[in-house]
Amino acid sequence: MSKHTLSVLVENRPGVLARVASLFSRRGFNIDSLAVGQTEHPDISRMTIVVNVEDLPLEQVTKQLNKLVNVLKIVELDPSQSVQRELMLIKVRADAETRSHVLELVQLFRARCVDVAAEAVTIEVTGTTDKLEAFIRVLEPFGIKELVQSGMVAVGRGARSITDRSLRALERTA
Amino acid sequence: MTERMTGAQALVRALEHVGVDTVFGIPGGAILPAYDPLYDSTKVRHVLVRHEQGAGHAAEGYAQATGKVGVCMATSGPGATNLVTPIADAYMDSVPIVAITGQVASAAIGTDAFQEADISGITMPITKHNFLVTDPLDIPRTIAEAFHIASTGRPGPVLVDISKDALQAMTTFEWPSTVQLPGYRPVTRPHSKQIREAAKLIVEASRPVLYVGGGVHKASASAELLALAEMTGIPVVTTLMARGTFPDSHPQHLGMPGMHGSVAAVGALQRSDLLITLGARFDDRVTGQLSSFAPHAKVIHADIDPAEISKNRHADVPIVGDCREVLTDLANAVRHEHNEGRRGDYDEWWTLLDGYRKTYPLGYEEFIDGSLAPQYVMERLSALVGPDAYYVAGVGQHQMWAAQFIGYENPGSFINSGGLGTMGFAVPAAMGAKMGRPDATVWAIDGDGCFQMTNQELATCALEGVPIKVAVINNGNLGMVRQWQTLFYDERYSNTDLQTARRIPDFVKLAEAYGCVGLRCERPEDVDATIAKAMEINDVPVVVDFVVHQDAMVWPMVAAGTSNDDIKFARDMAPNWDSEE
Repeated sequence: MSKHTLSVLVENRPGVLARVASLFSRRGFNIDSLAVGQTEHPDISRMTIVVNVEDLPLEQVTKQLNKLVNVLKIVELDPSQSVQRELMLIKVRADAETRSHVLELVQLFRARCVDVAAEAVTIEVTGTTDKLEAFIRVLEPFGIKELVQSGMVAVGRGARSITDRSLRALERTA
Repeated sequence: MTERMTGAQALVRALEHVGVDTVFGIPGGAILPAYDPLYDSTKVRHVLVRHEQGAGHAAEGYAQATGKVGVCMATSGPGATNLVTPIADAYMDSVPIVAITGQVASAAIGTDAFQEADISGITMPITKHNFLVTDPLDIPRTIAEAFHIASTGRPGPVLVDISKDALQAMTTFEWPSTVQLPGYRPVTRPHSKQIREAAKLIVEASRPVLYVGGGVHKASASAELLALAEMTGIPVVTTLMARGTFPDSHPQHLGMPGMHGSVAAVGALQRSDLLITLGARFDDRVTGQLSSFAPHAKVIHADIDPAEISKNRHADVPIVGDCREVLTDLANAVRHEHNEGRRGDYDEWWTLLDGYRKTYPLGYEEFIDGSLAPQYVMERLSALVGPDAYYVAGVGQHQMWAAQFIGYENPGSFINSGGLGTMGFAVPAAMGAKMGRPDATVWAIDGDGCFQMTNQELATCALEGVPIKVAVINNGNLGMVRQWQTLFYDERYSNTDLQTARRIPDFVKLAEAYGCVGLRCERPEDVDATIAKAMEINDVPVVVDFVVHQDAMVWPMVAAGTSNDDIKFARDMAPNWDSEE
């Protein structure tokens, strides 16, 4: 099994997320992470889906996704040719004695402290999955009280855009 | 053109615009506004069925007999959920239908209102696409899109759920000049490089087989198939969904492949070095154990749905396209190869296949006690009714016998539930087929189990003047399940005996109660006269209770999950593949 990152451009309509998500489950594929939001074009939403599958089933799931009428385009993003980021908010135990240690780690990981209380600090950090996992490992000894993570978002490197042609297709029909 | 009207009027106007002449359905609360303008339509005939499942299967039968989109209509909640089975059936067999359902008023959606069901959510995995419409302005455009999606590319069911307030509100009717579906672009033109590659494999192969599925008839490509087959001399097998697509009487036809296929058809696939797969999908009922299916064959796979290609079996030459265009291009490419002096030599291949055909023809056991063999009924129906009729089967033993022992010469003349295997399909689908083709003879071939699931539509047939004929192959049991119990469950007949031998119900009386003619036939010597009598009656539906022996079994058979190589042509009788006469 290997991880694949799919960028899926869809029409921004109610129910599209349900169609995509249910397709994965009924064809027997597990989604590792999913992030969805509007693009530069308000009629198009972009889903970034990370799946853990072999190459052949990946081809099958891509073809099945393409059959959904609301799906405009699917691109697989190669990790070496794209920027991939996740966002995490962590509430970690930190009192007068340990706070400076925690803040030092925040600096090292280029994270940000976004809330401070007497017994805890809340940290915002973005990065690749590997970086976030490493950050969690170094914070664990202090005691993680709460952790929330976004799905991965990713964009290809270079000047080219995957939305251009889909935009033109939408404009032609509009 | 804009005009003020209610959403319901816009719906009926839209249906008229797309050319709908028949709608099968049942009214109810949420869809009620639509039934009022429907009452006035002179173009759309509404057929009041007795159960929504009947409406859905009737729409399927209508669609398959005419090639047009079949339409069914139901109210919200239970009306809509009763359509789930036929929608799933249409999805599996790629039948173009549009289901229109009423939904509770948009303000009540999500409140567990009376007769509320999230039918668009429920049918998401079993429709090609579906819509929930809450704005009356969207009704005409949505209907146009629904019919476009259902009928183009790989056909399939589309559901349009419309809230009651959208049907009641005033709106402006505007018919869209084009459909706007940026995410829906079916590819119909095959890639020329792939076609050339396929032609090369065809002339190089020494054991090729044309493996023909339902997609060939859906693309109206029977003539093109015949041309390619005759130009190359390659043997043809037709799947359950393709019976009739290539004439059964043609010398190159080896019959149906699969679990209950002919030894010649199954053997040909297993020994082939090239499968030319056209509009077929390597279903498990065809391949048997996938890992040992056609182990020596390269695969050319042409289908309009890219997701079918290499789904189950890797395709060496994938071709995405409409089967008619594929076959036309392929014939040209193969002709080019022939002109260059490259031509396949299949003589040895035919010697082997002719040996299979001669040694292992389809056959059946007759009963010494003089009782009726179901296969004999099929043979006589085929002989007396002929190939110009439509035969509409349910699911089970009778379906397989109908596929095996009736000679099909015309594309689309065998209609059945293949993928989903829906018992109860036959009577309503036959009704739909007969309404689509009123001048044709339509025989439903049903089992006594299936018949008891949907025979209420006989009332619809009798009242609406739809004189179908129903052959109930009555063995008193859920026959196919019983056959598996005989073979794999030590003859422990758990819950398969329907006891129709006790005449509960009496199918003749049941037919009469529904305003049909009921006939009964229990002996081989009466079969011809009974069929002749049924054929003489053309004003009301006819039901014939063919009481057959309960021990008749469907052979050949490849047991589920085993290799096609282990096919048995009769109980414990395996063909000897290596003896070449």
